[in-house]
Amino acid sequence: MESALLIHRLHFAFTATFHYLFPQLTMGLALLIVVLKTIALRRNDPVYHEAARFWGKIFGINFVLGVVTGIPMEFQFGTNWSVFSRFAGGVIGQTLAMEGMFAFFLESAFLGLFLYGEKRLSPKAHWLSAVAVFVGSWLSGYFIIATDAFMQHPVGYFTAADGSLQLESFWDFVLNPWAGWQYAHNMGGAAITGAFIMTSVGAFYLLSGKWTAHARIFIKTGVIAGCVFSVLQIFPTGDRQGKMVTDLQPVTLAAMEGLFQGQSSAPIVLIGQPDVQQGTIDNPIQVPGALSILTYRRWNANVLGLDAFPKQDWPDNIPLLYYSYHIMVGLGTLFVAITIVASLLLWRGKLFNSRWMLWILMLSAPFPYIANTAGWMTAELGRQPWLVYGLMRTENGYSRLVSAGNGMFTLLGFMGIYMALGILGLFLLWREIDHGPAAWRDSASNLHVAT
Amino acid sequence: MAGVWFWIVAAMIATYVVLDGFDLGAGAIYLVAAKTNDERRRVLRAIGPVWDGNEVWLIAAGGTLYFAFPQLYASSFSGFYLPLTIVLWLLILRAIGIEFRTHIENHVWQSFFDVIFSVSSILLAVFFGAALGNVVRGVPLDASGYFFEPLWTNFKLSSQVGILDWYTLLIGGMALVTLTAHGSYYIALKTDADLSRRARGFALICWPVQFFLTVSALVATYFIRPDIITNYANHKIGLLVPVVVVASLALMLWANPKGKEKLAFVASSMYIAFMLVGAAFALYPVVLSARDPQYDLTIYNTAAGSHGLSVGLAWWTLGAVLAVSYFVFVYRMFRGKVQLGEGHY
Repeated sequence: MESALLIHRLHFAFTATFHYLFPQLTMGLALLIVVLKTIALRRNDPVYHEAARFWGKIFGINFVLGVVTGIPMEFQFGTNWSVFSRFAGGVIGQTLAMEGMFAFFLESAFLGLFLYGEKRLSPKAHWLSAVAVFVGSWLSGYFIIATDAFMQHPVGYFTAADGSLQLESFWDFVLNPWAGWQYAHNMGGAAITGAFIMTSVGAFYLLSGKWTAHARIFIKTGVIAGCVFSVLQIFPTGDRQGKMVTDLQPVTLAAMEGLFQGQSSAPIVLIGQPDVQQGTIDNPIQVPGALSILTYRRWNANVLGLDAFPKQDWPDNIPLLYYSYHIMVGLGTLFVAITIVASLLLWRGKLFNSRWMLWILMLSAPFPYIANTAGWMTAELGRQPWLVYGLMRTENGYSRLVSAGNGMFTLLGFMGIYMALGILGLFLLWREIDHGPAAWRDSASNLHVAT
Repeated sequence: MAGVWFWIVAAMIATYVVLDGFDLGAGAIYLVAAKTNDERRRVLRAIGPVWDGNEVWLIAAGGTLYFAFPQLYASSFSGFYLPLTIVLWLLILRAIGIEFRTHIENHVWQSFFDVIFSVSSILLAVFFGAALGNVVRGVPLDASGYFFEPLWTNFKLSSQVGILDWYTLLIGGMALVTLTAHGSYYIALKTDADLSRRARGFALICWPVQFFLTVSALVATYFIRPDIITNYANHKIGLLVPVVVVASLALMLWANPKGKEKLAFVASSMYIAFMLVGAAFALYPVVLSARDPQYDLTIYNTAAGSHGLSVGLAWWTLGAVLAVSYFVFVYRMFRGKVQLGEGHY
């Protein structure tokens, strides 16, 4: 039984982590493509049109990978977590079904028009199809966040006679206070990924001395968006989410921060390795009192430590939770530093000649992926040992009749297929980047015609 | 209320099979009907702008099933663990077969994705048919409301059944031939010259096989589940189903040789929709048959709470109106026979 639980958890964790590499870029780029299309339409500037088209192609490849890795997520609620589905489906089925009805139909219908319909549509209608794709992908994000918010902080339900959860108030459930800040924080993260990727490709082109007109647009758009969203990510969205965890999941906060003993004037540990057995942080570098200020806005406030809670309610992987959280915050801080320096250089008109900064921008591309992944790991490891917070433990939610052997079979299968998808995706993305934005490839004639 | 949702989910599944069915059928004939690179690109272009939207009907139907009948979702998805996971893998392969082929102009690269696309389409059709066969035949549910089926046991209808046995394979075969014909009608409609002619030829060959398998499947179903006609005996309106099915088959046979491509395609769509509606009509209110009928899952013991179901009706109706309007718009934008030239694929 133990090993079946582990396999089912790994199964979901692996497929979800891999899947989310794609939607974060989809949602981030969808926003930036709308920005590029809007400027292109208003100024009637062909370079902006080419820029939007280029990112549309990147978007297309990324979108396919997001779709094919996304379908298994919905299925796994039933295949691997059937006891959970039976328990909570009466509530979270609402948002999962709405995602299909409102987001996926919109997104898929207009993506086809956006990618293949530019010559059939008027410029305004084509712009509108880009907006529809953006709205669809951001709506999809909300439905998933609202589902997760119910698992983090269940509201709007009642417990039926058979023990299952059923919907009591649609609006309480859909407008879960947890969902608001988590959504803002999550979408900010996605926008940062989009912005950093766009900037990185621009920096690569400038450093290579190719497509410099497009590159400047990419860098300018990416740096400004990256700066705005990196700052918002820390305040207010990250700060507010931290406050929410403090109030509603205090044991999670203690584990994230590595606070084993509750204390007043609690410090924030910047670096250090948690030792769960001893209840200590090794080699700590910490700021005294900072945690009390961040959580309760008072220097001497008492912050609850792990010692205030029974051990069976502690998140079951404290070191990984602690590191995920610290990696997310560390990288988030780094993003603010990078994008503010880059914005200042942009403002002074020096960015495009600052080769050192272009190198930094180019090489920063992977880090938002790591930060977003670490953020989701913080949220989901922090929820442990609960599947639905306070209502169902993770160990009680998996499919009892799906053996560890069958789970391992499909997990290995997914790993193999996803590895192939990852390699294919990187290869095709690299080809598009190498091919550049100024040629509109037509596979019919294999001609490279500048448009 | 649960009864309304039964028909909504059934209608969504039928819509999925009619729409994505022609993508799968196009994939099934792809390697043999489309011989040159130009022809293959035209097949891909015929389904390219719509296949993803069509597939969303499966995801939306799954989501709606989860929402309306969470207990059914939990039991069936975990019980069909292996075949569903294989279906997921095949859907992944089908998608990249369509989307990644055209990125590189290289014969070896393209041949590889051609085979991926076609083989995954064929296997998907068989698996979907076998899934329907399982729902009708019954699965080893017990008092817990759960079951787990291996992929196969001894291919007989013994007490230990697998996903695949002679009956579900028969339904899988019928699904493959039906969707192959369906895709052929679609390709005939959307393309011209040799390719269109060859697709019509395929449909012509499929017809007698489809007819034979339909009759065999119905006889076999009656043989293993004599109670399947109860609903038909009690509600005469159900007799509309066989009438439409027979009329659709006749219409296909008549329209195809005359070159009435649209009519043949519509007839094939009607055939698929009414076969599925007919199965749903026969099963109602059962949503998943058990080998031992006392453990049948019905709309009554699997539905979500009544407040949730009523609220859902409001947003579902809005969502469905929006979805249908997108589809009408997109299909109108890409109407007519496909031309090579501008754009992808």
